[in-house]
Amino acid sequence: MRRSWFLTIAATLGFAFLYAPIISLVVFSFNESSLVTVWSGFSTKWYGALLADPQILGAAWLSLQVAFVAATIAVVLGTLCAVALVRFRRFRGRTMLAATVAAPLVMPDVITGLSLLLLFVAMEGIFGWPAGRGLMTIIIAHATFCMAYVVVVVQSRLTDLDLSLEEAAMDLGATPVRVFFDITLPIIAPALISGWLLAFTLSLDDLVIASFVSGPGSSTLPMVIFSKVRLGVSPDVNALATIIIGFVTLGVVAATLLQRRSRPKHPLP
Amino acid sequence: MSSHDTHHAPPPRPRVWSGVERALAAVGISGKALVIAAPAIWLTVFFLVPLAVVFGISLTIKQFGRPPYTPLLTNEEGTVQLTLHLNNYLRLFTDQLYVAAYLNSAKIAFISTVITLLIGYPMAYVIGRAPDQWRNILLMLVILPFWTSFLLRVYALSGFMRGNGVINQFLALFGIEPLVMMQTDFAVYVGIVYTYLPFMILPLYTNLVKLDGTLLEASADLGARPVRTFLSITLPLSMPGILAGSMLVFIPAIGEFVIPALLGGPGTLMIGRVLWDEFFANTNWPRAAAVAIAMLVVVVIPVMLLQRAQDAMRDKEQAS
Amino acid sequence: MVKNPQLAIDTRPWRDPTATPFVRLRNVTKKFGDIFAVSDVSLDIYKSELFCLLGGSGSGKSTLLRMLAGFEQPTAGTIEIDGQDMTHVPPYNRPVNMMFQSYALFPHMNVEQNIAYGLKRDGLPRAEIAERVAELLTLVKLQGYGARTPHQLSGGQRQRVALARALAKRPKLLLLDEPLGALDKKLREETQFELVKIQETLGVTFIVVTHDQEEAMSLATRIGVMDQGEIAMIGEPTDIYEFPNSKFVAGFIGSVNMVEGVVTEDEPGHVRIRSEELGCDIYVGHGVDCAPDQRLSWAIRPEKLALSRERPAGRFDANVTQGTVEEISYLGDVSVYQVLLASGKRLRVTQTNTMRGNPDAITWDEAVYLTWGDSAGSVLTV
Repeated sequence: MRRSWFLTIAATLGFAFLYAPIISLVVFSFNESSLVTVWSGFSTKWYGALLADPQILGAAWLSLQVAFVAATIAVVLGTLCAVALVRFRRFRGRTMLAATVAAPLVMPDVITGLSLLLLFVAMEGIFGWPAGRGLMTIIIAHATFCMAYVVVVVQSRLTDLDLSLEEAAMDLGATPVRVFFDITLPIIAPALISGWLLAFTLSLDDLVIASFVSGPGSSTLPMVIFSKVRLGVSPDVNALATIIIGFVTLGVVAATLLQRRSRPKHPLP
Repeated sequence: MSSHDTHHAPPPRPRVWSGVERALAAVGISGKALVIAAPAIWLTVFFLVPLAVVFGISLTIKQFGRPPYTPLLTNEEGTVQLTLHLNNYLRLFTDQLYVAAYLNSAKIAFISTVITLLIGYPMAYVIGRAPDQWRNILLMLVILPFWTSFLLRVYALSGFMRGNGVINQFLALFGIEPLVMMQTDFAVYVGIVYTYLPFMILPLYTNLVKLDGTLLEASADLGARPVRTFLSITLPLSMPGILAGSMLVFIPAIGEFVIPALLGGPGTLMIGRVLWDEFFANTNWPRAAAVAIAMLVVVVIPVMLLQRAQDAMRDKEQAS
Repeated sequence: MVKNPQLAIDTRPWRDPTATPFVRLRNVTKKFGDIFAVSDVSLDIYKSELFCLLGGSGSGKSTLLRMLAGFEQPTAGTIEIDGQDMTHVPPYNRPVNMMFQSYALFPHMNVEQNIAYGLKRDGLPRAEIAERVAELLTLVKLQGYGARTPHQLSGGQRQRVALARALAKRPKLLLLDEPLGALDKKLREETQFELVKIQETLGVTFIVVTHDQEEAMSLATRIGVMDQGEIAMIGEPTDIYEFPNSKFVAGFIGSVNMVEGVVTEDEPGHVRIRSEELGCDIYVGHGVDCAPDQRLSWAIRPEKLALSRERPAGRFDANVTQGTVEEISYLGDVSVYQVLLASGKRLRVTQTNTMRGNPDAITWDEAVYLTWGDSAGSVLTV
């Protein structure tokens, strides 16, 4: 088909718009000067400063812990929920469950954060649990909103899964639970992995919800970054951003390559 | 072939999982019920109940102490008394600040959505029509920012737009005076478009990539010019994608906090920010709760539109 | 070589009223919502039979098979296998295995693991499993393919793995859902013979669901024709083809000419039917359960009609009519003639091409006579 110059230029400008700020951020992370926008020579000193900053390191460690546990809970619960929605066609409250699990996808973060905080406060008043807020409350909050994303990913994979595979296993003598662990789980494993990664990323990235439900002394990495950049640009944040972008890029490129590698080749003659 | 007519009876053998199933069945729980119950209970406790709590607290008023709101139920000499305050909701309608914040949020979200659509559509179209080897790379370029930290991308944009930022340095090369972009509504628009562009492109792409190329050829064959073909074939067929993409931008934009907080000025009123300030700066929890409930109502309408767009897309897939 | 087990195809137990059926379905009904997928089916299948359930899509044949496997529960009725009530036994406790239409090979296991899966569930010792898997790979001629994964196999090989997997546990009853459906035509014919050979060697009872009548005819000991959730007819392939019990069965299997007529003579030894459509009387040389003046249908297969230029010596002043050749399809072994009768009715006639390049063959627009024997057609009242 004929190439339209208009479209090509529009798309090129669009991609430039997406990437120019990121590229400039990466470039200025290697800037000598503490002014992040005026180039004064190559340096990696901001990376050194980053590694010497206990506040950032502590927050990063907390964020990783939260993301790891929250993503794992989200995958377990999200998978159960997806199985219930896809495999059990009829049960009471199915529509209710489907709507409730999808709702966090469109819920503004400020509402999710506020509502969970008010819940935790009320629960503490009534049951004495959770005592104060910190790691535990952030994990619960993140697992709840990440679960919705896991359900979407796993649900679409389960819908594509040929039901007769599960029936075949059952026919060969496997009980339903056995079928799940022998057949369903290994086949949907890629979806669980991408669901987990998505949940992990979303949790690492969340500022608003964590701000509501965290307690004193439990600042996550986004919270620390936010308080830093609110006061103005700071070159060590550029360095941190570059590291994160580097990891994400590696991950996405690797995932794309792996996916291409594992795609079944032509069947042998 | 060994003798096949002697069927071996399945040997009785303890199965671990059937043991678990039996144990559960003994206390009257089926595996199926357990699978449904675990996520259902979690969502009830940590999603539905909190919303109810928000609603409850929105009907109290601020007081000093812990918790910083008046109790809903009081027990005075054995009679339980329920005290509801509608002040917070009255304030939402009478105080110019809140009305302006709601209207401004809707306006900013709407305008940004339109701009995102105008930028995203040609990009999605080009990706959808690109040769296979290019398509995957372009798609990856769209998805990559999606996985990158949202907060850091907003930060990157602020570095780009500030007074001595890259844009102004570039303009200075041509002797143009530096523009004031940061802490304006303009920066908020750019921020929303920038961060939510992938959300617009992806549903548009999935819709456009399925567009049958022969339809366009047929239209051209029947004498339609490219613009005519676009208006009468491509655009109507991609309507579900447009609607889905628009809602995916509009819904989070309306409740956005980070972008107005980092890029907007003090005059950039948006509900998300008002709620945040009400809670953190004024520690008026009941008022924040009322703002949240009102915000939910505002979000429900675009959510229903999104639902309809997705249903339409699914129906079309099943029909083809 | 051990003597083959006594096979149903030789003993024909269904002709013996005292024989005990192996599979018994009694008044089985399955409703999905308000729709009857299967309604009131009663069916007896005998040991070592190769029974085909034949029907179009939505006829209920697959639902019936799934109820035998245990994937669906009947709304009413009972299913008995080898004397045991299986109606509510879950699939994993039934002595029944199934070969799926899609083959349903586990994509994350290799061929050996697929075949061994059911044996592992039975908790057999590892050595015994290995031995059995090797035996089955030999049976389906896939020695050396054990380590391959399903997507490294061709369609025909996958089909054989699916068969081996379904046979691994030595089921009393094997259910096959469109076993040849996914294969191309040539491979299907070869595989068909192999399937029958394996069934005869093992003596396992097979129930095959198919929509392909040719497949059913060549595989089955008996066929159950299904229509709208009901069994329209059960019989040996020859019964189904030559003696259909209804217009539906006659029309569903093979090609058929069907005409309407009125009974004019109804004697114990013969029946005469006047057919306006045919333009002559039909003389049927045996008694039929009908009444004088009854309108009924008469069906005859294209190969049962004979074509000639000269008027054949008719008997009983019937079974001869006249028409013009309108169309000829040359198919190699046979030619199909379409003959237009005076009434406007068209009949299909097949003639075997016994002579090479016959210059004297009947051709387009020729006036021809059609004739048939007095027991060549079927009288159908329903």
